[in-house]
Amino acid sequence: MSTKLTGSQAVLQSLIEEGTEYIFGYPGGAIMPVYDAMMDYEDQIKHILTRHEQGAIHAAQGYARVTGKVGVCMATSGPGATNLITGIADAMIDSTPLVCITGQVGSPLLGTDAFQETDVVGISMPVTKWNVLVTKPEEIPFAIAQAFFIAKTGRPGPVLVDITKDAQFGSLDFNYKKCTNIRSYEPKPVFEPEKIEQAAQLINAAKKPYVLLGQGVILGNAEAEFKAFIEKAGLPTAWTILGVSALDSDHPLNMGMLGMHGNYSTNVMNNQCDVLIAVGMRFDDRVTGDLKRFAKQAKVIHMEIDPAEIDKNVKTDVAILGDVKDTLPVLTRLLEKRDHAEWIAEFKKLDAIENEKVIQKDFYPDKEGLTMGEVVRRINERTGGKAIIVTDVGQHQMFASRYAKHKQTRNFVTSGGLGTMGFGLPAAHGAAMGCPDKDVILFVGDGGFQMTIQELGTINQTEANVKVVLLNNKYLGMVRQWQQLFFDRRYSQTYLMNPDFIMIAKGFGIEGKKVMHRPELDAAIDEMLSHKGAYVLEVSIEKEDNVFPMVPTGASVSEVILEPPQK
Amino acid sequence: MKQTFTITAFSENHIGLLNRITIIFTRRRVNIETLTVSPSAIKGVHKFTIVVNETREMVEKVVKQIDKVVEVIKAFYHTDDEIIFQEIALYKVSTDKLMENNKVETIVRKNAGRIVEVTPKYTVIEKMGTADETQELFDELNQLGAILQFTRSGRIAVTRLSEELLHNFLKKREIWDLDN
Repeated sequence: MSTKLTGSQAVLQSLIEEGTEYIFGYPGGAIMPVYDAMMDYEDQIKHILTRHEQGAIHAAQGYARVTGKVGVCMATSGPGATNLITGIADAMIDSTPLVCITGQVGSPLLGTDAFQETDVVGISMPVTKWNVLVTKPEEIPFAIAQAFFIAKTGRPGPVLVDITKDAQFGSLDFNYKKCTNIRSYEPKPVFEPEKIEQAAQLINAAKKPYVLLGQGVILGNAEAEFKAFIEKAGLPTAWTILGVSALDSDHPLNMGMLGMHGNYSTNVMNNQCDVLIAVGMRFDDRVTGDLKRFAKQAKVIHMEIDPAEIDKNVKTDVAILGDVKDTLPVLTRLLEKRDHAEWIAEFKKLDAIENEKVIQKDFYPDKEGLTMGEVVRRINERTGGKAIIVTDVGQHQMFASRYAKHKQTRNFVTSGGLGTMGFGLPAAHGAAMGCPDKDVILFVGDGGFQMTIQELGTINQTEANVKVVLLNNKYLGMVRQWQQLFFDRRYSQTYLMNPDFIMIAKGFGIEGKKVMHRPELDAAIDEMLSHKGAYVLEVSIEKEDNVFPMVPTGASVSEVILEPPQK
Repeated sequence: MKQTFTITAFSENHIGLLNRITIIFTRRRVNIETLTVSPSAIKGVHKFTIVVNETREMVEKVVKQIDKVVEVIKAFYHTDDEIIFQEIALYKVSTDKLMENNKVETIVRKNAGRIVEVTPKYTVIEKMGTADETQELFDELNQLGAILQFTRSGRIAVTRLSEELLHNFLKKREIWDLDN
């Protein structure tokens, strides 16, 4: 059965066939036919008009991360499409499934430097999992079907479909078939059972096994399988910044966060364990520190869906390719019951040191100024770990990922690999659209907030429930911290003369309040959380509030520091 | 240690795929020595043959990244002793120079060149062989000042195995219809 549709209608009908709930986008010349057709599909698919294309794509990312569905965004040719690029690069490095649809000038104009013509397929090639230029209306359904299949299968990622204006105007016999297979593409490598046996032998014989949990567990919906795995063999576990919330914060085997600003024990133990088991993570340089001095004493088991990640940074002794959802249960069956109590006690000794030197000072500062750590702590107490936490990039991001408590998976959204300032506000908006029944709390700095602050307008229009906690230290805090520690306190170009953020929020129709002193904080947080709809809570933060622990660049993970180095 | 590797990749014949493959090299600062793209033995499947001078570790990483491209079916890499490879070179010399004495002819015969076209003004000679061999003929002709134009292809190669690696791979991937 096929129906006669225009190319534009086919775009929307294809998105509907794929179960798309929201399109985050922005109209313009070369995508106007699709926007015109949208009026006839309003009851089946909703478009969210952002204030900038970057706002659209980060919202689609936030939506995808919390729902596990494919995020969809749309933009016009030229500047519309190039404004998507930062978000595409972010989604690529953080493996977020996105379908980006861009309008393109009419096919006779391709290559002529026509108005708003840009080679978007060329520009986006290094940062997309796949992309395609569509010039004929009859190619549209197949291109979109392939786009969804590629975006969500295997290691997910962003794809881009660039559609010329004449293809949108043309007509076709529409007959949608979902894509289930592409002959050149093998999304899930077939796992080798003998590798799993080898891994099981290593783990069963290990005295000091250590598990690194990455986003692959979340992307594979394998949280339950992962928990069964570590619980059976009593395996202490640390997570990457994208693995946050996959394992409950208060789980007894949860040792904390990895990485440059992860915990103390979790960094040091990389160099003390005898078997290191990486599950769905890619050994980013922010996790490993100096590779030449990372886990050299350990046998390394790497469970990973993307063969290109094996031996890319860390040499593996046993590589288990495949989706961890499939491989973890097979491995768990071969494991012997253990509790590794003595080994876990080693972590606890280091935890006690970090608690005394860092955490207590962050949570209960003896100085007058407020700290980011205490704000996160107080919000934890009031949300009970059930809120979705979204962050921007910088110091607040590290405080939020270290200290926010989670009881549910997919409850943390951050820009990990790319570190995109400006990601937070639109991503929080997308998260709120995806999970309207949950509280969405955005931690954002005064720098990053101003990069995409216009999205307050979108949030006001959609009435999304985004609680913005603006941690304002009047500095680009993370850069300032590095300047303090490594550049002799030469604060080059990091001081910001800021506007009245609450007045700005109110200008966008959003309520807000500014807190300067500790005694006001609790009541202000309560007021924010009980407020119906979006809210901006600005908290004045101590200027020289620094994030510790820290693995300085080029240092080994075992050289993690807990306080500023003595000069 | 850097050495010569020949990377072969089998792919769909789609617009833009060459770019997707070459940016993998560009990003890692790996120089492509030669590149040949042509239809393979399987209808609709194209073959890339790429020669690089690199460490094995880097080549392994690059090949995995090529393999990851959605429209690439499979990528392999080989050292020179694992393959039989050839390039082709064309040399245009002036016919006057060729007729002047027997020097040009002797050089061409010695190097197993083949004359493919003779006109009153120029003569085109063809030679197949390794890059060293085609270079040797070039150097000798050039010393006589005989060369008007010279061009050389990229490398093509077959493995020393009795079966095509791609076929083994495709047999495992059951969805592939080899008759199509």
